[in-house]
Amino acid sequence: MSLPPSSPRELLAIRQLSKRFPGVTALHQVELSLQRGEVLAVIGENGAGKSTLMKIIGGVQQPDEVEIFVEGRPVHLDSVRAAERHGIALIHQELNLADNLDVAANLFLGREPQRFGFVDRRRLYADAAPLLSQVGLSCPPHTIVGSLSLGHQQLVEIARALSTNARVLIMDEPTSSLSQHETDQLYRVVKELRARGVGIIFISHRLGEVKELADRVLVLRDGENAGELSREQISHEAMVKRMVGRTLGRHARVSFGGAEAWLDVRGLRTPAHPRVPLDFTVRSGEIVGVAGLVGAGRTELLRVLFGIDRAIGGQVLLRGKEVKLHSPLDAIRAGLALVPEDRKSQGVILQMAVNENITLPSLRRAGRGGFRQRRHENEIAAEMARRLDVRTPSLQQFVQFLSGGNQQKVALAKWLALEPRVLLLDEPTRGIDVGAKQEIYQLMEKLAGHGVAILFVSSEMEEVLRMSDRALVMHEGRIAGELSRTELSEEAVMNLATGHAA
Amino acid sequence: MPAQRRPHPVISMKKLLGIFGLFAAIFVVTAVLNRQFVSAYNLQNLVSWTSLFGIISIGAAFVIITGGIDLSIGSVVGLVGSLMAWLLTQKGWSVAGTLTLVLTVSIAIGLAHGLLITKLRLQPFVVTLCGLLLYRGLARYVTDDQSQGFGSSYDALRQIAIGQWQLPGTFALPAPVFFLAGVAVVAAIFLNRTIWGRYLLALGRNETAARYSGIDTDRMKVIAYVICSLLGGVGGILFSLNLNSIQPSGLGEFYELYAIAAAVLGGCSLRGGEGTITGVIIGTAVMRVLYNAINILGIPTHLEFAIIGSVILAGVITDELVQRLASRRRATRALAS
Repeated sequence: MSLPPSSPRELLAIRQLSKRFPGVTALHQVELSLQRGEVLAVIGENGAGKSTLMKIIGGVQQPDEVEIFVEGRPVHLDSVRAAERHGIALIHQELNLADNLDVAANLFLGREPQRFGFVDRRRLYADAAPLLSQVGLSCPPHTIVGSLSLGHQQLVEIARALSTNARVLIMDEPTSSLSQHETDQLYRVVKELRARGVGIIFISHRLGEVKELADRVLVLRDGENAGELSREQISHEAMVKRMVGRTLGRHARVSFGGAEAWLDVRGLRTPAHPRVPLDFTVRSGEIVGVAGLVGAGRTELLRVLFGIDRAIGGQVLLRGKEVKLHSPLDAIRAGLALVPEDRKSQGVILQMAVNENITLPSLRRAGRGGFRQRRHENEIAAEMARRLDVRTPSLQQFVQFLSGGNQQKVALAKWLALEPRVLLLDEPTRGIDVGAKQEIYQLMEKLAGHGVAILFVSSEMEEVLRMSDRALVMHEGRIAGELSRTELSEEAVMNLATGHAA
Repeated sequence: MPAQRRPHPVISMKKLLGIFGLFAAIFVVTAVLNRQFVSAYNLQNLVSWTSLFGIISIGAAFVIITGGIDLSIGSVVGLVGSLMAWLLTQKGWSVAGTLTLVLTVSIAIGLAHGLLITKLRLQPFVVTLCGLLLYRGLARYVTDDQSQGFGSSYDALRQIAIGQWQLPGTFALPAPVFFLAGVAVVAAIFLNRTIWGRYLLALGRNETAARYSGIDTDRMKVIAYVICSLLGGVGGILFSLNLNSIQPSGLGEFYELYAIAAAVLGGCSLRGGEGTITGVIIGTAVMRVLYNAINILGIPTHLEFAIIGSVILAGVITDELVQRLASRRRATRALAS
């Protein structure tokens, strides 16, 4: 098959890209093209090869076969430096900033302007200022990066990429940890860069954001091209269909909410917002969503409920009985369980086996006189892994080698053996693929069906709308309003979350 | 899904074999170069010292597994040894009373370390560095910095550190081996078979996730420091009985570093969450054989530290390289699944 040559008008062209890891083909004859001033979204389930593709373009990994053209000229991207030379900059999902240094120092890290071998500080700060204004960052260049919000740190990364004269900007899930406001700011910057002719490739799991930003969508499935969508063709259904190769059924949730309040919070005040008392209940079998902007105090509420932080005041009643929650152990004994926000640092122990992670909270119960009962433990682990369909080559596999969705299933599985009465979930599907998301939703519904009271925090509007029997919307630490299933709408949630009257 | 059963023990069998290979290599080379090395007398001595150091190294391993460090072990050895001799010979205390007191002191030291580290959130390095200075100073102050000995009236007691215990047949082993064996068995059971052992390994890997799983991480850490100091105290008793001549300023000096080195050589990671008792004992054996080889082969003893340092460095470099290779393979295999 003869390929059309890449024209100089094409900013970036990837032809016949294949990458094999021993035993598996990560990418097979993938094609990608990017025009000047175009925003290309790359979507696909976890493991579809998106990140590998981005790393190859960014010069981080080397492909087995490929032809790459930048503005029509064939190039070799055999290192990050080489990619930078050709104007390609990759922004990783986890930011790569030295948060103890200031903004200007980060922008020019490794490329500091020098004078007699010393850093020319005056020029450093002078050069930083225009870069920051390009990305709409108003902070002074001597601000310490660690004191910036995640969204602003992301903008610093983009400014750094621009400082290398990047013409192709690659972003791996740029908004996964940003608040709505920060996301909006990022969108504005992306649109401005597009207007200036920069080509932008971004990976996203958030289909809403793809709709908002992308001029074109490239879908990957199992390491191969699974279709492209032009601007007019972009729709939620079309994207999901090409990602999973089938259309997902959207079924309305049947509410199982019982009469009994299993979690009853009265006048609870958290350290983050010590003056705001919180009152709400979650009934048996009910799924209650907690919506709100990042920083509204939602995670802080769950932390207090799980005994990680001490309450400043107020009461928590579980099935009518007041409980003291001074440690996670107290909370677990009372029948609570928490799947925390940050899976990798809080939810699971990456360098422990799947079975060891799953049994960790149940060791005490499974053990006898302090001695572990290994057979019993293995039964628990196997049973839970089966129930949640954790996909792993073996239960002895380290959790770090599982995909995000399967890691999250492990973070959930560890609690099920304890049969919690109240399940607290903080961003239960963050950063996991569409398939695993559906499985977690189904599990939540099943647990609610068995009478578990579920309180979940989510920043994804769609998730709140789909899963909540009732939603609490938080704003600046207080519960701005409560929406029943019939009142739930994107508009109603946003109004409350942004502090407009209900 | 392949029916693959590749268990992940706390450290891999390969690692244990690697360190054992190093031990065997040094052993064989030394034996070939000098027959004296395998004489009954030398071997008895070697086993005896390996056992004594093994006990304190196991203590160090517990703290290292939590991701902490204890720099005060040598000073605890010095304090306990000096106190014991001083109480018995100068103060006329009974053996039972003396042992009770010095072991209580050891436990109190570990408890203090643990509480300062967990409740006040001080850094283990700082707390135990201060301990290193403090206990050494106390040992010297209490004894007026005079060297202590047990004289001949405690020969019976000293048998627990210098005696030979007859095994069935004609075989005799130095008494400290039995202490090491006892400590090692209890420690290994604790680490591998009890829920608390699993808790220690879990919190060493990721303290937050462990706490969120309902583990009282503070209490587990305190327990680790108590175990460490208690075994330091047991070591102090045995070292001083073995030596009989105790310099309050010198007994146990640098022992914490030997113990930490042995634990690391034996597969403990200073990042925490990794280590086995068997590994620590083999690590200790490597240190002692190396030390013995330097003496017996007539290598200038001034070079002792340099050689021990180089061998440990070579060992951990090899281990790191092997691990990288293994994790790269594992990652590709995981991708393949």
